[in-house]
Amino acid sequence: MLESVLITIATAATPLLIAAIGELVVERSGVLNLGVEGMMVMGAVTGFGVAITTGSPWLGVFAAILVGAAFALLFGFLTLSLVTNQVATGLALTLLGLGVSGMIGEAFIGLPGVKMAPLVIPVLSDLPVIGRFLFAQAPLFYISILLVIGVSYFLFSTRAGLTLRSVGDNHDSAHALGIRVIAVRYAAVVFGGACAGLAGAYLSLVYTPQWIENMTAGRGWIALALVVFASWRPWRVLAGAYLFGAVSIGQLHAQVIGVSVPSQFLSALPYLATIAVLVLISRNRRLTMVNTPACLGRPFVPAR
Amino acid sequence: MMRLELVKRPQHSVLFSAISPLIALVLTMIAGAIMFSILGKSPIDALYYYFIDPLRETWSLHELAIKAAPLILIAVGLSVCFLSNNWNIGAEGQFIAGAIAGSILPVVFPDFQNWLVLPLMLAMGLAGGAAYAAVPAFLKARFNTNEILTSLMLVYVAQLFLDWIVRGPWRDPGGMNFPETRDFHVFAVLPELMPSAGRANWGIVFAVLAAVILWFVLRKTRKGFEIRVLGQSPRAGRFAGFSSSRMVMMAFLISGGLAGLAGISEVAGAIGQLQPSISPGYGFTAIIVAFLGRLNPLGIVAAGFVLALSYLGGEAAQISLGLSDKAARAFQGMLLFFVLGCDTLIHYRIRLAGRAVRGGEAARNA
Repeated sequence: MLESVLITIATAATPLLIAAIGELVVERSGVLNLGVEGMMVMGAVTGFGVAITTGSPWLGVFAAILVGAAFALLFGFLTLSLVTNQVATGLALTLLGLGVSGMIGEAFIGLPGVKMAPLVIPVLSDLPVIGRFLFAQAPLFYISILLVIGVSYFLFSTRAGLTLRSVGDNHDSAHALGIRVIAVRYAAVVFGGACAGLAGAYLSLVYTPQWIENMTAGRGWIALALVVFASWRPWRVLAGAYLFGAVSIGQLHAQVIGVSVPSQFLSALPYLATIAVLVLISRNRRLTMVNTPACLGRPFVPAR
Repeated sequence: MMRLELVKRPQHSVLFSAISPLIALVLTMIAGAIMFSILGKSPIDALYYYFIDPLRETWSLHELAIKAAPLILIAVGLSVCFLSNNWNIGAEGQFIAGAIAGSILPVVFPDFQNWLVLPLMLAMGLAGGAAYAAVPAFLKARFNTNEILTSLMLVYVAQLFLDWIVRGPWRDPGGMNFPETRDFHVFAVLPELMPSAGRANWGIVFAVLAAVILWFVLRKTRKGFEIRVLGQSPRAGRFAGFSSSRMVMMAFLISGGLAGLAGISEVAGAIGQLQPSISPGYGFTAIIVAFLGRLNPLGIVAAGFVLALSYLGGEAAQISLGLSDKAARAFQGMLLFFVLGCDTLIHYRIRLAGRAVRGGEAARNA
């Protein structure tokens, strides 16, 4: 019982985790990309489409990553090269992604999808309780954990990570030191888009192997909230994603059992929980002040 | 290798302020034409059905006004928010909250029928939308909570609440189990302006009135100055004694109230009852309207009609060419991209610079 609950929590948490860890890197570089939802839904529709056409879920995943990155590049061109308002451009990306994915996906509605097979690690997966939870998941689950480890190591233990954080905290000083601020930000933005695309592919290839319009259902926005919740630290993103996974699985179980609360109220729980968590975190002004990248959302035009 | 270089203009360009939305429209049409060709449709036919066909007949112009009214009402309110640097993106939820609050009278008290009903409904819709917007505003002012995320989360909550109320307590007892409320009685319906010509109702009048009033407030009063100062430089605003937390509340209450008014006008006007879905994303499309109108209420009136046209055109193209109605949403998203990109021209000169030029400059500077 506990084992199966843990596994379902992981399936709900993994897409949030992947999208949020990507956005964390973007925000650490000082860019706020509110287009996660749009890139994610594009990843979902592309992943699904390529997987059913070619029969290979891996090709779907690959295509979803590329499309997420391409959408992010578009965002980067506007906000970094043309210094447009990041909030507005991110919203534009989300609206565009929802529109385009709805259009492309119309042909896919109702089609059976391709489900990615789990990668079962022998011996370890036979461990009691945690065996199947940790060692018999879809490959993207392992990738999500590796991403957390990798991003954490990159940001805090490598020189490139230090460079990225310095760009996010003070782009003028970074520029004066000869760091190519815009190039670093482009790289971060594209990485974030690739992650969002991958998260979308998880939804349409693992979570529910089919295409439903707007199937991200606000997960991109919850991922954005997770980054704030985690105060821009990778391991806290992991904790936050599993917390949210637990909330959304909890409400699903309550609906199945038939708790005498209208299902709509239960479905609203993850969104209300997001608000509650944001309030709790932001109440502590000092904590947020210390951790927020100082240049988050601020445009940079190199002075010559 | 060539690269883009931005050169800040000493003053913002008056010329580009005026024509940048037009350039954006033209670019969107070009991109749209390419998109339609890829979909295997004649781009000229598609653009014709999108932008010309809906304008050819009177009844269709009335439909245009019906679609433009909520977009303008919401976008005008959003302009106050965006100008003061408050990012309310939950207008869709406030629209729904206003629709529900305004529907209490005709749905719960259907026997209360006199001329007072409609004004009360509109007032309750306004209040409902404002109250719903007050939540993210309060959380931002009091706890410094990110209003973008909270206002958006509340959209999902409002949609689920609406779904519950029309399937549950408010379902029409004589409605064959359809998930919808009873039809609004005659005193609860927003009158049509010219019933013989088409369906357009008073909603569009409210919208234009709201735009004119807010244009006056923003351009000609001290309050409007305060809004713009706090938006452009919160620090300067504080030195001038303007309170940014009061501004947060004000901006959200205005935009939430107008979104709520749009919501109740829509259900009391074009729809005539509450249903599980009452908006084709007006609250989000209004964000595009606000930017296309360059956050100027009068510009927003024009922009509202353009986006309304894209909704109608989407329907026309679907009927005539078999194009997916989803294409309209893609179109709208593209438009916002081009609008934002073209706005750069207002503050910057763009030039393409090659490596050689930069080298030359470096030599000169040395």
